[in-house]
Formats: sequence, C-alpha cells, structure tokens
Amino acid sequence: MMEARRSHFWRSDGRRLSGLSTLLLLLPFFALVAFVFVYPILQLLVISILEPHPTSENYARVVENPVHMRVLLRTLWTATLVTALSVVLGFPVAYYMSRAKGTVAALVAVCVILPLWSSVLVRTAAWSFLFQRNGLINSALMSLGLTSQPFKLLYTQSAVVIAMTHVLLPFMILPIYGALRSIPSDYARAAAVLGATRLRTFLEVILPLSLPGVVSGSLLVFLTAIGFFITPALLGSPQEMMISTLVSKQIREVLDWPFAAALVGVLTVFVTLLAVIFSKTLRFDRLMGNAS
Amino acid sequence: MKPPTDRGSLALAAYVYAVLAFIIVPLVIVIPMSFSQNDYLTFPPSGFTLKWYSEYFDSRQWRAATWLSVQVALLTALFASVIGTAATYAMIRGRSRLVTAFQILLIGPIIVPHIALAVGLYLFFQTIGLSGTIPGFVLAHTVLTLPFVVFTMAAALGKVDANLEAAAMSCGATRFQAFRLVTLPLVLPNLVSSALFAFIISFDEPVVSFFLSGVRQKTLPRRMFEDIEQNLTPVIPAIATLLIVLSILILLGAQVLRSRSVTRIASQ
Repeated sequence: MMEARRSHFWRSDGRRLSGLSTLLLLLPFFALVAFVFVYPILQLLVISILEPHPTSENYARVVENPVHMRVLLRTLWTATLVTALSVVLGFPVAYYMSRAKGTVAALVAVCVILPLWSSVLVRTAAWSFLFQRNGLINSALMSLGLTSQPFKLLYTQSAVVIAMTHVLLPFMILPIYGALRSIPSDYARAAAVLGATRLRTFLEVILPLSLPGVVSGSLLVFLTAIGFFITPALLGSPQEMMISTLVSKQIREVLDWPFAAALVGVLTVFVTLLAVIFSKTLRFDRLMGNAS
Repeated sequence: MKPPTDRGSLALAAYVYAVLAFIIVPLVIVIPMSFSQNDYLTFPPSGFTLKWYSEYFDSRQWRAATWLSVQVALLTALFASVIGTAATYAMIRGRSRLVTAFQILLIGPIIVPHIALAVGLYLFFQTIGLSGTIPGFVLAHTVLTLPFVVFTMAAALGKVDANLEAAAMSCGATRFQAFRLVTLPLVLPNLVSSALFAFIISFDEPVVSFFLSGVRQKTLPRRMFEDIEQNLTPVIPAIATLLIVLSILILLGAQVLRSRSVTRIASQ
C-alpha cells in the first residue's frame, strides 16, 4: 500500500536520468541537509552524552529533578490538551468544508488557510492583546457584568493552551478534510439507499473512513505542540515552563549547554520515535493542498 | 446531501461558524487596533491615526530588521526553489534507490522541533562565524522551506508526461534543453508559487531567527518578539496588519499561479 503510494508520488516513467546526473542534481540537497540539519543535531546529541565527560548525568538531571520532570509532564499534558481541543473544534469544520460548495466553501477555506500562512508572532501578539488586563476579553466580561475585577489571563497556562490551539488548528483541519474528500460520495448514498439514517451513515461510514485524517492531524498538532516555543515564551508564566522555554533559559541565562543538549535530546528522540511509529499516517504533502 | 434545513445541520453550521470566528477574529482584530489613537492597547480602539505606521517606517531599527528579513527571504526563496526543484526532478526522473534517504531527510526538518534545530545551529554557526550573518539565516531557512518546495514541485513534475521530454530528446535536444524548453515552462507557475511560499515562511520564521540573531543583526520576527516580550507597543498591530496583507498577497499570487499550472491543464 505504502509502496504503491510512494511510487505514485515519485512517479517515474519514461526515459531515466543517468546515475551521475541524478547524483549531481541531488548533491546540493543532501549537502545542505547534512551541513545544516544532520550535523548540528548530532553535535548536540554528542554533547549531551560526552560533556563534561562521558556520562548519563545530563539525562539523569532531566528525569531525577522533580522541577524538570514537572516541565516534561506539563509539556506532554499541554500538547495532549491542544490536540484534543483541535480535534473537537477542527473535525466539524473539516466535515462542513468537505460538503460545502461555491462561495461558502471558498470562505471556509480562506478562514482555514490564511492563518496557516500568516506569522505565528502576529497570531501570538493578537492573543496577548486579547488577554491583557484591559484587553477585549476582560472588557467584554466586565461590561456584561460577569465579573467586576479583570481576570489574570495573560501569562497563564490557559492562555498558552488557547493560543496554541488557535495556531495549530489548521494542521488538524486540513488532513481531516483531505481524508473526508477522498471518501467516494457513493458510499453515503449507498448507506442511505440501504436505509441508514444520516447519523448512522456518519457514525458507521464517514467517521471510520476519516480516521486516518484524524490520526495524521493529531500527530501533526501533537508533534508541533511538544516543541512549540514562541507562544509559551510570550504568553506563558515563567513559573510554568514548557520544555522549549526551559531549553531557551538554559542557553540564554544559565549557559548550561550539556543540560540544554540533553533536554533537546529527549525532545528530539521522543518526537522522532513517534514520527517513525506513525510514519505511514503522516502526510505532510496535504498541507500544501494536495487533497489526493 | 440534503440542504441544511433540519436542526442537526443548523447546529453543525452554527458550531462551525463559531470555530471559524475563533480562528479569524484574533487575526483581524489587530487591524482596527493599528489605527487607534490610544497610546495603550485598550479596547475598543478610538479615533483614527496612521501614526503607528509612520513610527514603523521612520524607525531605523524596524527598517533595518525588515530589510534584513527581506534579503534573507529573497535568497531563501531562490535557493530553496532551485535546490528543491533539482532534487525533485532527480527523484522523479532518476533511479530511485535514494528515495528512502531522501524522504527521511526531507521530512526531518519538519518533524524535529524548530527549537532543537535552532539550538543546534546556534552552537554550530557560532563556532564557524555564521551566526547573525545573512548566509547563516539563508542556509537555515533554506532547509526549513525545502520540504514545501519539494511537495509542490513533486505534484507538478509528476503530472508532466515524461514522453514529452523523450520526444524532445529524440529530436536532438539534450536532457538539459528538454528540461528547459519543455518541462520548465509547464511547471513554471508551480515553481514561482513554491518560491512565494518559501519567501513567506522565511520572512515570518521566528524560532531559528530568534537564536541566530546577533545583537545588531536582528530579523523582523526577532525584533517583534522582543517588542511583544518587553513592552508591547502599538507599533505591533501596525506591523501585524502589514504582515497579514503580505500573506494575503502571497496566497492570492499562489492562487492565480495555480489556475495556470500544469495541474489544472492536465485535468481539463
């Protein structure tokens, strides 16, 4: 299945390039990735186990110190929460999008795709305006008489979860939309002809067939959320760090490279393992609008 | 499906529009704020002024950061589209023994958290003197944007009939001539749109830029990060509005190009 799909993706019929030309065309790619991606990551991993001397100490500090352990657990919990919220908010949008036609479809698509291509900093800044003491949310709550005191919203974990869900939601919607679009419309009609109600058709036909999209979207959101830096750094509380903000602190303030390298090692290995386990479901090309 | 007349469909539509409002409102809210006369970012905005825009355009620091980001993004777009297209072409027309290695290394920079790559590059580039330099930013951003170029170009090049090139070659064209005169014109809209996407990804890229920026060489996202972190001045909504307009222009450009692409022609 995967083989067939892969060979379709890299469809190569007709006259082949010679081995030498292929190699020359691929050389800049491999050289760049080796130099700017593989080497720097490997160097960090090496530092994490060799400095100050060959040791597992750096990793022990990650798991044995309860403060650091809490950062890891908070990161996992936040990413899980963001993923769950994204499914709940994103699935109906993807479903609606897959059924919509004409102007409505275009409108929904713009709402989903425009944020994806706009700056993460812009979206995070917008939330920091909204969450301020005298920001829109507190003004609205107070003018509605729901509260007399403004809430502390900025620099809380809730702010981080809400803003991260906002930023990552398109990563959930697009893969689910892709999966829903690939379900032949005959299936729903066949179920209806056989007497299934619309709810039953949805539960027994559409939902199971859309699950690969849900898994793919969830992984994309979860993997991105785990290492997310900008939003926790700007909206989160310094007392409730995530792994990325802890790494940044180790490097910018504490200058503890071996420990920072071990944190990056934990993060990278965990994320890579997940990606390898689920490699068949991850479809990054869908983010570029390839619905097939 | 039936038209949405029953309760279930109405409830679905209401829910969906509420979620869409959640997605889009925080993005557009910065636009009225950027014209507000208030010195503090209070809501609702009052009055109308362009002073925050002129503050942005008059500030040497903001201009320097913007110009650095423009240069980096242009060079990234150029390198990523050329290197990505060459590699994609080789994968499609060449021997595919390297497929697995290629795919892993392509996806790697998207899977591995940007913070990890940023920290690794920070260390590496400092030892070789690339930190805070234009080549340093361009190298890093090229790796981050390559996957998007390759996905776009794989979809486009896969739809070009290999026999077209074979025909050109049997008429005496070299492989390069066949590519340049037959295949390239067919995929040019896709190539330009992949360069547009590479440009905007690089221009907006915050994490690697954050760590690679020096004291003087700061990209626009790095300057914005500092401003939001420290004092959150009303210049930020003005810049945010300009960046949203830029994203809209890029997406419109990509949409126009898509309507002319080989993908569309092939399906007609």
